[in-house]
Amino acid sequence: MTHLENELQAVKKEVLSMWYLVESQLEKSRTAMLHFDRDLAREVVLKEKRVNAFELKIDRDCENVFALFCPVAVDLRFLLATLKINNNLERIGDIAEGIAKYIIESSGDFDRTLFESTQVLRMYEDAINILIDTRMAFEKEDTILARSIFKRDEVLDQINREASARVGAVIKEDMTVMEDALYMLSIIRKLERVGDQSKNIAEEIIFYIEAKVLKHQEDKGKE
Amino acid sequence: MESTIVRSIDYNAYFGDNHVVKNVNIDIPKNNVIAVMGPSGCGKTTFLRGINRMHELIPGATAKGKIMLDNEDVMEMHPIFVRLKIGMVFQRPNPFPNLSIYDNVIAGYKLNGIKLPKAEKDKIVEQSLTKVALWNEVKDQLNKKGTFLSGGQQQRLCIARAVAMEPEVLLFDEPTSALDPISTSTVEELFHDLKQNYTLIIVTHNMQQAARVSDKTAFFYMGELVEYDETKRMFTNPRDTRTQNYITGRFS
Repeated sequence: MTHLENELQAVKKEVLSMWYLVESQLEKSRTAMLHFDRDLAREVVLKEKRVNAFELKIDRDCENVFALFCPVAVDLRFLLATLKINNNLERIGDIAEGIAKYIIESSGDFDRTLFESTQVLRMYEDAINILIDTRMAFEKEDTILARSIFKRDEVLDQINREASARVGAVIKEDMTVMEDALYMLSIIRKLERVGDQSKNIAEEIIFYIEAKVLKHQEDKGKE
Repeated sequence: MESTIVRSIDYNAYFGDNHVVKNVNIDIPKNNVIAVMGPSGCGKTTFLRGINRMHELIPGATAKGKIMLDNEDVMEMHPIFVRLKIGMVFQRPNPFPNLSIYDNVIAGYKLNGIKLPKAEKDKIVEQSLTKVALWNEVKDQLNKKGTFLSGGQQQRLCIARAVAMEPEVLLFDEPTSALDPISTSTVEELFHDLKQNYTLIIVTHNMQQAARVSDKTAFFYMGELVEYDETKRMFTNPRDTRTQNYITGRFS
């Protein structure tokens, strides 16, 4: 292995560590919501600093490789993609933190029936699975798996589109759950962003491996 | 559309039985900078030297195929005439040690027995040195020996000597490998200016230099032209795995 390959491997390892942390943050925010566990939510907020530290470290490592090795071709694409993936992962970290803050701020336990009626749990499950599969696509350089993310993001978009009506109906039926229902709506909005960020990451994985730019192409080349 | 100034057609070069350049077909557009790269022994310098028929100066060296300059086969032309049309600059600056800066610039005319009036010579010297951004640095010391100049200045003097003959194409064989980074940068800047008037073909081992200065890049491997494309494309998404392995340093 060349010195450059070692450096790139080290960057990839770092990105994967960040990815595991972000997945765990999202998973913990889900558990905190499900069991209304404020301590766990506080842990998520605290650990967000680690996600930010990862982002800064990866940026710096990429900058060093650019400056010292002048990478080209696939190596250049890997680093360009990594910078953007890094940024998207950090935002997913922010989303997990944002949800954890709702749990800390909320006045009492969430009404558990809302988890089903608003489809927030299903959305959580899908968002976490999408993030895991995007990580696997990156790890294994699997563009077929990366492409599958685009379709799966549409499911999240669909739930999000229907969320206002669904939450509205729940509130109409029982005004006492209004505060909780609005929290659910906010969580759904945030989870929809996880799908978008994962889709952005999938585009970067395809760019890095196949040198194809899929950004801003609605369906072209994504099949 | 860019017009082709140099075209090689099924060009092959040999040293005795050793087949060093294999069937190279390439079109070089006018007023472009072309970088030629590849590992040592890949045939890139031999190909370069074939373009102005320097290859055949080596005992035992032969060539087959055609090198067309403006649709004329250089193999059918007088070698001296070819070298007037296609100038060459080498790895190490090689000004004539006994000649002044002034005489170095017009050495091509003297060596070819072309006599010019003093005013004409003065004009050529000033124009040539200006084209290589050396005039302001040496205009007050034109009678000093060329070898008194720094390495980078000497290389620019050699480029001025080639430019003075008003060639159409300039060949460079690793022109900055003996220069420090500042001189290298000055010569690279010069390439951008020179391509307004000439077509430049540069053999370089420095991949970043190829990326910085050239419009198109050719990658040679084991005597074959593996890939020839826009430099931007070559350094972001090369088509051939061998090119990718070479430019990313994974060549085995």
